[in-house]
Amino acid sequence: MVKPGDGYKDIPKGGLILEVGNAKSYKTGGWRTERPILDKEECINCHLCWAFCPDSSVLSEDGDVKAEIDYDHCKGCGICAYECPVNAIEMEKE
Amino acid sequence: MTSLTEIRWHGRGGQGSKTASILLGKVAAKTGKNIQAFPEYGPERMGAPVLAYNRISEDKITVHCQVTEPSTVAVLDPTLLSVVDVTDGVPADGTIIVNTTEDGAELKEKLGFDGDVWAVDAYGISTEEIGAPFPNTPMLGALIKATGLLPYEGFLEEIKKEFEKKFAHKPEVVEGNLASIERAYQEVKN
Amino acid sequence: MSNQVALTGNEVMAQAMRQINPDVVAAYPITPQTAMVQVFSQFVADGNVDTEYVTVESEHSAMSATVGASAAGSRAMTATAANGLALMWEILYIASGTRLPIVMPVVNRALSGPINIHCDHSDAMGARDAGWIQFFAENAQEAYDNAIQAVRISEHEDVRLPSMVNLDGFIISHAVENLEILADDEVEEFVGEYHADNYLLNSESPIAVGPLDLQDFYFEHKMQQSVAVENVKDVVLKVAEEYKGISGREYGLFEEYKLDDAEIAVVALGSTTGTAKAAVDNLREQGVKAGLLKIRLYRPFPAQEIADALKDLKAVAILDRAETFSTTGGPVFADVKAALYDIKADVEATNYIYGLGGRDIKVGEIESVFTDLQQVVETGNVEQTINYLGVRE
Repeated sequence: MVKPGDGYKDIPKGGLILEVGNAKSYKTGGWRTERPILDKEECINCHLCWAFCPDSSVLSEDGDVKAEIDYDHCKGCGICAYECPVNAIEMEKE
Repeated sequence: MTSLTEIRWHGRGGQGSKTASILLGKVAAKTGKNIQAFPEYGPERMGAPVLAYNRISEDKITVHCQVTEPSTVAVLDPTLLSVVDVTDGVPADGTIIVNTTEDGAELKEKLGFDGDVWAVDAYGISTEEIGAPFPNTPMLGALIKATGLLPYEGFLEEIKKEFEKKFAHKPEVVEGNLASIERAYQEVKN
Repeated sequence: MSNQVALTGNEVMAQAMRQINPDVVAAYPITPQTAMVQVFSQFVADGNVDTEYVTVESEHSAMSATVGASAAGSRAMTATAANGLALMWEILYIASGTRLPIVMPVVNRALSGPINIHCDHSDAMGARDAGWIQFFAENAQEAYDNAIQAVRISEHEDVRLPSMVNLDGFIISHAVENLEILADDEVEEFVGEYHADNYLLNSESPIAVGPLDLQDFYFEHKMQQSVAVENVKDVVLKVAEEYKGISGREYGLFEEYKLDDAEIAVVALGSTTGTAKAAVDNLREQGVKAGLLKIRLYRPFPAQEIADALKDLKAVAILDRAETFSTTGGPVFADVKAALYDIKADVEATNYIYGLGGRDIKVGEIESVFTDLQQVVETGNVEQTINYLGVRE
């Protein structure tokens, strides 16, 4: 994996990325000023938040969205809270 | 490069002067000569006076400029004589072959050229042999006779193969074209 | 076993493409390249090649599709000329920057306007800094040989850069010349199979191609390109040596024609070099020590080697079939002069811009350049550094 500061002798030619899916290792959670808090009691598991999240940060496991939010990558845009039909997600100041 | 022969073909767009130069070049190449065959690099327009060239040599040909002093000139249409100076750049001992019904003496007079002048009725021959006035193939036969550039038998044999390739989709015209060449070879006069 | 053929330059290049048998060709027809891709597409239609031929609506798309095909892991080719090359411009840099070993015949033609379809080198010269390897050819034989060697050079692991195989529009592309082509199996064996290091269609090892590359890494990737072009010369010579083994024909970075003991010489590239040989021969017969340096590999520019070959001359004239409108002469002149400066050579260098838009250049005109050079040597004085040869006042 290419690391910041690597020299031209050590990186793949032509700007190729040889380890695909490496966006996961770039944590964008620090961009957030508000964090979504999911109320698992209110949630009806409709998956709208999961579908709308632009950063794939609403995690769904075995068909259950109530699992977790990936705060390593969630940028706090609030789309999940906006789309939630039962107001189960609240945005809280970091 | 003493063995170099440079030829200029005068025709009208659509008459096959370029094809004649290419056929001659290909056949000469088959006999082991070095060749070039190329048209005048200008817009090709049906009926307009056009030019094509050959260089044929025992030695490697390196020059890539146009031919300006051809030792041989072939004129595919008699009406060009009043439009174009076909003698331009031709040395005094050069050869000019014209598709015409006039005879050599009349031609010499008309061209104001004292060198080797040959006349052949290429329209008449091709009309009889091919059924249409295609002057380019009979002119090839006339040129071989007038210049002795290639041995005639070998030329005939190779050009037959070229025709068979070129006219693969209409083999019926091969015979007529060959007959045109043979007759022009026999009938061309200086 | 080699075959003697008499074909046009375009037909010969189509034969080279057939024998290379690329996986993908995406091309758009443009004068004077048209017959090349027309003949090649007939080979595709007749099943003579395994190539997937992609018809596209422009050269921008042709180069884009070729880039995509090459990135996918295939051996990909295209061909173009003049304004077509200009329309490819931004993708040229993407091809070289992505290190894709595409081989592209370019049939050199003037860049309009006013509209002109005839030979000069303004198209290729404009693209000389696009990161492509550039070969120039004296005749159809060399263009054919360059195309086949370019595949190996571009794909070499130390190189991985695209190549332009230049041939002069009409003068070479449309003229029938006799030449020798290799047997199909010889070419097949020589070019071998292409194995990309990393490619998009490799499901075992997925990669991303063409990502955003900003201040933190772009320069490093350009540095890799600079290293790769440094490697080109050695690879060109190595491949030439191997090619000589199957063809009997010798190639270098450039050809020295009667240059050994020459006092004056011209430097040129393309079909004019053949005409220049006739001029050199004529002058030699008159006892003039004239010579020629014919550039084959123009990008990367073999500066050191060319300077070494020219350093013992008294005067040299560089012929350019392109104008840069810089007031400092043509592109080849700038390169050669810089190379001579680097080794502090004591050689007077002049420039002749000629043949723009297909203007014929004759043996006598090149002889007149030598006459000018003799004058320079006699007087020790260059009256006019940048000259225009064959233009009317």
